[in-house]
Amino acid sequence: MKIVSLCLFAIIAFGVPAFAAHHDEYPVSTPPLTEGIFPCSNCHAGMEVNAKRRELKDEHANIKLRHAENDRWCLDCHNPANRDKLKLVNGDTIPFTESYLLCGQCHGNIYRDWKVGIHGKRVGYFKGGKRLYFLCVNCHNPHDPKFKPLKPEPPPTQPERTYGR
Amino acid sequence: MKMMSMGALAALSLGSSSCTQAQMEEFLQKRFREMTEAEKKEVIQRLEETYLRKYGKKFGISAQPAGYGVLWGYGLDLSRCIGCRRCVYACVKENNQSRINPQLQWIRVVRLKKGSLINLENAEHYYNPETVPEPGFMYMPVQCQHCENPPCVRVCPVKATWKEPDGIVVVDYNWCIGCRYCMAACPYKGRVFNWSEPNIPADELNTDVHYLGNRPRMKNVVEKCTFCVQRVRNGRYPACVEACPTGARKFGNLLDPSSEIRYLIENKRVFRLKEDLNTEPKFYYFFSA
Repeated sequence: MKIVSLCLFAIIAFGVPAFAAHHDEYPVSTPPLTEGIFPCSNCHAGMEVNAKRRELKDEHANIKLRHAENDRWCLDCHNPANRDKLKLVNGDTIPFTESYLLCGQCHGNIYRDWKVGIHGKRVGYFKGGKRLYFLCVNCHNPHDPKFKPLKPEPPPTQPERTYGR
Repeated sequence: MKMMSMGALAALSLGSSSCTQAQMEEFLQKRFREMTEAEKKEVIQRLEETYLRKYGKKFGISAQPAGYGVLWGYGLDLSRCIGCRRCVYACVKENNQSRINPQLQWIRVVRLKKGSLINLENAEHYYNPETVPEPGFMYMPVQCQHCENPPCVRVCPVKATWKEPDGIVVVDYNWCIGCRYCMAACPYKGRVFNWSEPNIPADELNTDVHYLGNRPRMKNVVEKCTFCVQRVRNGRYPACVEACPTGARKFGNLLDPSSEIRYLIENKRVFRLKEDLNTEPKFYYFFSA
């Protein structure tokens, strides 16, 4: 009994303030993680942390960082203690589904627009059903965020010229 | 069938010239009246049977009326549009437009030189580069602007097109006589015409339709964007909004202060196309960046 109430006390004392400081949550879509790559701890749990800037040869070789690459490296965003989470500048860890908090640290004005649905994309039902907010990373590769040019769909067919022949 | 337009006609003759009930009755002489629910059901059933015979598919035709306290508005972010035309083809598919001969599209994406956005006479909509966006160009998709003061509605000699209470300008395809006055009156080229029998591949038919929206059309009628009436009246985003890869398209209720559309009108640089014509479009082009 005493243990239970102690636990309760602990939750009230520590758990709730942590909750109160919590941010709004959004109905976000699934982060586009490469298939089979998550949870990261499958490989990383027993690995030594290597924060050194280097070319990745064995794994993640496809990642070429083109996102202010001179100023940052993997562990500025990925959490070295638990790789299944991301890390904010203030030390908080967040799941991959809340990565917008991470992006919003630098891109504040975009984050503000995203929260009200002006930047980014929402699909589904805006009323009376499920709505899905695209995460930043659904459109922007976080390691190379510039939006890539697309092949356009075909133009309409030009009307046949029936005059002046 | 004219189920909404009869109501609209009655409202028009009542509202615009402050005529009395007696004057209205004198004018209409019981030749026009609103359809009853049973009559509407009958028409829908007849159409469903016609479509089943013609296309071999079971259609669900909705006649869902406009909701209360709703005025739809559209936002398009010109600083994000890359001119990829994904919206055009998503619209064609959702709204059962004829694919070829005639090829009908409700969205026309025009390409403009950066810095000369107002020179619409230099607009090009047959552009076809390897990739978009091209340096030095902007892209502006144009579709029905759902004017509050729609010139197309005013010129229709048979009142086959009208503005719904939620602001959507619609066409009753069974009432349209194909005179194309509305196409001439529209300053946005928002309407297209079925010059011949529409061609839609049977396996690409969308059978989830609205009477005033995406139900299959016939030869000799005008059609146009309806803000995807079949979707938005159920609370779903229009097909073009969902198709846009850059998220440049926004949609919402102009009467809801917490909607996305209201936020962008209040906080972004916004303009409406050919505003000087006093058509009062509910289609807002904006710049988020």
